[in-house]
Amino acid sequence: MSNVIQQVKGKVVALEGDYAIAEALRQINPDVMAAYPITPQTEIVQKFSEFYAEGVVDTEFVPVESEHAALSTCVGASAAGARAMTATCGAGLALMWEILWCASGLRLPIVMAVVNRSLSAPLNILTDQTDEMATRDAGWVQLYAESHQEAYDNIIQAVRIAEHPDVMLPTMCGMAGFVLGHALGQLELLPDEAVRKFVHIYHPHYSLLDTDCPVTFGAFDHWDYFFPHKRQQWEGLNNALRVIPEIGEEFGRLTGRYYGLVEPYMLDDAEVAIVIIGSAAGATRVAIDEMRAEGIKVGMLKVRCYRPFPADAIAEALQGRKAVAVLDRTSCMGGEGSPLFTEICSALYNRNIAMKIISYTYGLGGYDTIPEEFCQVYRNLLQIAQGGKIEPIHRFLSLPERGES
Amino acid sequence: MAIKLTDICNKEEKLASGHRGCIGCAETIIVRQVMAAIDGPVVVASPTGCLEIITTPFPTTAWRVPWIHNAFENSSSTLAGAETAYRSLVKQGKIEDKGLKFVVFGGDGATYDIGLQFISGVIERGHRLLYVCLNNEAYMNTGIQRSSATPLGAWTTTTPVGKAVPGKIQPRKNLIAIVAAHNIPYAAQAAPHAWRDLMTKVQKAIAIDGPSVIDVLSPCARGWRHSTNETIAISRLSAETGAWPLYEVDHGKWKLNYNPVPRKPVIEWLKAQGRFSHLLQPGNEHIVEEFQQQIDKQWAELESMSQ
Repeated sequence: MSNVIQQVKGKVVALEGDYAIAEALRQINPDVMAAYPITPQTEIVQKFSEFYAEGVVDTEFVPVESEHAALSTCVGASAAGARAMTATCGAGLALMWEILWCASGLRLPIVMAVVNRSLSAPLNILTDQTDEMATRDAGWVQLYAESHQEAYDNIIQAVRIAEHPDVMLPTMCGMAGFVLGHALGQLELLPDEAVRKFVHIYHPHYSLLDTDCPVTFGAFDHWDYFFPHKRQQWEGLNNALRVIPEIGEEFGRLTGRYYGLVEPYMLDDAEVAIVIIGSAAGATRVAIDEMRAEGIKVGMLKVRCYRPFPADAIAEALQGRKAVAVLDRTSCMGGEGSPLFTEICSALYNRNIAMKIISYTYGLGGYDTIPEEFCQVYRNLLQIAQGGKIEPIHRFLSLPERGES
Repeated sequence: MAIKLTDICNKEEKLASGHRGCIGCAETIIVRQVMAAIDGPVVVASPTGCLEIITTPFPTTAWRVPWIHNAFENSSSTLAGAETAYRSLVKQGKIEDKGLKFVVFGGDGATYDIGLQFISGVIERGHRLLYVCLNNEAYMNTGIQRSSATPLGAWTTTTPVGKAVPGKIQPRKNLIAIVAAHNIPYAAQAAPHAWRDLMTKVQKAIAIDGPSVIDVLSPCARGWRHSTNETIAISRLSAETGAWPLYEVDHGKWKLNYNPVPRKPVIEWLKAQGRFSHLLQPGNEHIVEEFQQQIDKQWAELESMSQ
């Protein structure tokens, strides 16, 4: 196979994010798709059902009776050597919880779209990243999308990342529910042939269907093997730190859209910065452009890959900033700030990089966050950078602080 | 096809010896009977439970066929995934059609209780697999806790016999009736002493292009409190007393496969097992009576449905 990749021209379309994912699934043409509909992921399953009904995919589609069964079915299919995919969100992802660990522990390269949704109670179907963030220790690769284009591109790359021989781990791709999932956005769809060539045919190392060379999947480990096996899994996940940019580079040569672990925006000379994951990076860009127009040096670091945690890439990008705000859209309660914040603090501390750093929780359950609020974050950061009070370390964007009305 | 002992003896064992099953365990006997009844390549799944633990302590395995464990509740969905993968890959010409068969061996906890929803889904969607319940009537792997397959009056560690409560106060759930309500092509109850009946049922089930369920009584010396050399005798007694009727539902047609005349009173089955010993004490006669009435009622129903 030639290493020369010719850039292809795609077709520019306007699609809802869910339909963009469904198009990617159609083009990937997995062997097995098992899924259960849940708002706001439903349109993915509906659209894929149409593809299945029209016979435009070779996929066997299994309309299961729960999300737990969806992932369980994918585990069996993936162990059988099939390329298996699913999609879910919120409560559905929570119901899969136990099997998330089985899928990664069995080293099965399942790919799952997650249309991020809050977790009950109170019941809420709108977006935040609590669902996916809560699964961060389950051993899956986690990518997040800012835009429709990224959501589509991530799913295609995820197949290659998951199936990479040095990784062999399930991969989930987050995308904001409604904000991306149900909203029309412009994106470029690759030609079907280009996607199929990029993901190429999956050749599993072992298959449950190989009766000539029978393999036992999921033997139980006592104390003597469990820890070493988990260590190996850990290595596989960390290998994704190298593999994700490699695949992103290859994808870039094909499409002109290059991907890494993180993406800086106006960061090089920025005095203060916001670190953020997902669709709200878009509003942050607007805030940055407004403030830059006034000559204020602000920037952003968007984290695309949250698992494995790209500590080196983040520390390197943030070095030199005077103050940083880490914005988490997750209801991770009881910690010293939210998870992205605490991990970034850890990454900086261990690399002897000192700066003022605060944590914001924003946008839970679809709470709207507008560019002006990101501007306010930057103004707060500039004050902190000039020696202002850093407390409270953890804040709630858009909501009054305790004691204020 | 008639099943001959000589043929069975000449077949390669698909479950190797040297596993960690208890002396007198019926589960491995049943697994060998089922596997011996199937010709051609087989893929097996087991949920968490005794069979999984005794056959696959890493780095060893007793399985000479492909085998998978995923979790406790979802072996049916997991194997349905493998079966779907097989259909997909064969259809696309990625692998050849070897006539693979798919079999789940799950305990009663995984089947009657935590996995029932998954089994219902797999049956409703028509996946081509045989689900065998190794029914030892309690959670034996974790130390004899009750399941919804535990019979009336039985002692378990979560239905202990106390001054206020004399063991389990509910009768066993009727799994085959639930399964049959899905209009499943084939479902049956079997027991290891009646090996020819069991193996015939397996052959009927595995030939079907769709789902099938066989619920096999699996006496457990540890949990039922009988001697390890009595496993098969207890199994036989369960059929002779009607405590475990041997019957099948073949494409909607109910049929009693064994009709003992006279049917022995259930007390003979109860008194053979330590888990029921308190029922022989004065004051508990009404439980034995109720047990007998339930058997008589179910038997009459089975006879009536069998025509």
